[in-house]
Amino acid sequence: MKRSPLARLWPNATAVVLFAGFAFPVYWMFCTALKPASDIVAEDPVWFPASATLEHFGTAVRADHFWTLVRNSLTVTVSAVALSLMIALLASFALARLRFRGRHGFLVTFMIAQMAPWEVMVIAIYLLVRDGDMLNSLVPLTLFYMVMVLPFTVLTLRSYIAAVPRELEESAMVDGCTRSQAFTRVIFPLLAPGLMATSLFGFITAWNEFPLVLILNKDAEAQTLPLWLSSFQTNFGDDWGATMAAASLFAVPILLLFLFLQRKAVGGLTSGAVKG
Amino acid sequence: MAVATEHQDPGPAAAGVRRGAAPPSRTAPPAGRSGRGRRGGAAPYLLLLPALAATAALLGWPLVKNGMLSFQNLNMRQLIQHLTEWNGTANYREVLGSADFWRVTGRSVAFTGVNVVLIMVLGTLTGLLLARLGTRMRLLLSTGLVLAWAMPVIAATTVFQWLFAARFGVVNWVLDRLGWHSMADYNWTGGQYSTFFVITVLIVWQSVPFVALNLYAATTTIPRELYEAAALDGAGAWRGFTSVTLPFLRPFLLATVFLEVIWVFKAFPQVFAINEGGPDRLTETLPVYAFIEGVGNQHYGMGAAISLLTIVILLVLTSSYLRIALRKEEDEL
Repeated sequence: MKRSPLARLWPNATAVVLFAGFAFPVYWMFCTALKPASDIVAEDPVWFPASATLEHFGTAVRADHFWTLVRNSLTVTVSAVALSLMIALLASFALARLRFRGRHGFLVTFMIAQMAPWEVMVIAIYLLVRDGDMLNSLVPLTLFYMVMVLPFTVLTLRSYIAAVPRELEESAMVDGCTRSQAFTRVIFPLLAPGLMATSLFGFITAWNEFPLVLILNKDAEAQTLPLWLSSFQTNFGDDWGATMAAASLFAVPILLLFLFLQRKAVGGLTSGAVKG
Repeated sequence: MAVATEHQDPGPAAAGVRRGAAPPSRTAPPAGRSGRGRRGGAAPYLLLLPALAATAALLGWPLVKNGMLSFQNLNMRQLIQHLTEWNGTANYREVLGSADFWRVTGRSVAFTGVNVVLIMVLGTLTGLLLARLGTRMRLLLSTGLVLAWAMPVIAATTVFQWLFAARFGVVNWVLDRLGWHSMADYNWTGGQYSTFFVITVLIVWQSVPFVALNLYAATTTIPRELYEAAALDGAGAWRGFTSVTLPFLRPFLLATVFLEVIWVFKAFPQVFAINEGGPDRLTETLPVYAFIEGVGNQHYGMGAAISLLTIVILLVLTSSYLRIALRKEEDEL
């Protein structure tokens, strides 16, 4: 199809403008974090961190409890995602491959659970955790994050398992594998991209979670990074350099995960195991 | 993600299993060689048990607890002394009788409506643009979209506070440069509408990538032949769009609208972290209102009643989608 130069220009021009709009806040975060303080409070914005400095990152990292909170966030997120993957793998296999009474009901249960409004349930959760004398502990956070990502994990893994051709599993069983061997040797390796994609989204959910930790863990030592970041600006006054450095430190793991894993995870879905 | 993958889900729908017609006692042939409709006796239930138990204990029970709390008089005194004082429907009568609650409800619905319309329109246009671009430009735009999508909510909130800062904020500088000099030191979080403006820009910025990228992915699954057939029948570009692209994307768009309604309606971190519902509690949406009444003002019973009403409103707003989604799920079995 032949198009006039103008017709070819406007989509590209719009794309550039949109790219700038979507990328700018992320760029500005890093840019501010790297600029010396005098460039941040300049009457005219300094667009490039020409004389870059790491002093703001130093301020952020030396903030009280920073490393404790990093450890808390990592512990809670990784254990929640790992637990939910283990539990979900069992459930999603049953839902994708086995026929049984009530299967439909279970699927619907997970679909509805996926939409659970956790943000408005924090009061009830607070009282339950308080009655269990578990405030300021990482255990309830881990467990609730696990259930938060569980329905999504179950449903997504189910469609990944369903996408593995039955024939592969069946031929393994014809070759003498038991049901569970067929699963661990044939389905499980093929699920790797699926596992990666689902754990990526689980990781992001848990890493970002804010309302629950806001109400459950008030102790400075028991918080996670989102809570620390939301109060960073208050704690450091108008030190935007340090605030942006803190935001960058918080965002970098997720940005990296996303950029590296997303393509791979999506690619894994579409590249078929059996052709023709 | 889940929305897009459903299209590729091959199996169960074709299996044509008659639900309910087959008792589970008809157990599987030993090796399950038949391929279709294997039955595993107790095995499926055992496999599902951990997931169901966790969901019941950590999601179901808090919901029940929330319901119970909403019928209790639970303030600071009762909380500290571990007292359980049932007070019937008093919380509900008070909430439903207060002008505040209805004002916040109306505000939440309007806020959700504006955001979802903006997200869908901009997301769809961006997605269609992605489909039109060459490889290199598409990669560029996708990279920008993925960056915005991946940005953690709280980090983004902090960045937007900086972008819209009264002093040294880039937005005010640009507006000033464009000739709108009264905006030079404008305090965005000082007014109701300007605070909502910032929150809306933030939420739209965060949500458009999901719609755009998934919509683009969906357009790539439209068979080329359909367009060729339409062209043979004399359809132009616009006709091809309305009679091939749109019908094909309809289920996706419908599902996305309702997902976005749910996400925006219960959005808590953005609204809370930008201005904590201020100024003067004028930007509280229902989830923030429940939190501030319940936890902030320590009327836990009242807060629980507001939470439950919020869930009911959310269910009403999304009921038509839920019905469609459940029917679709039924068709798949």
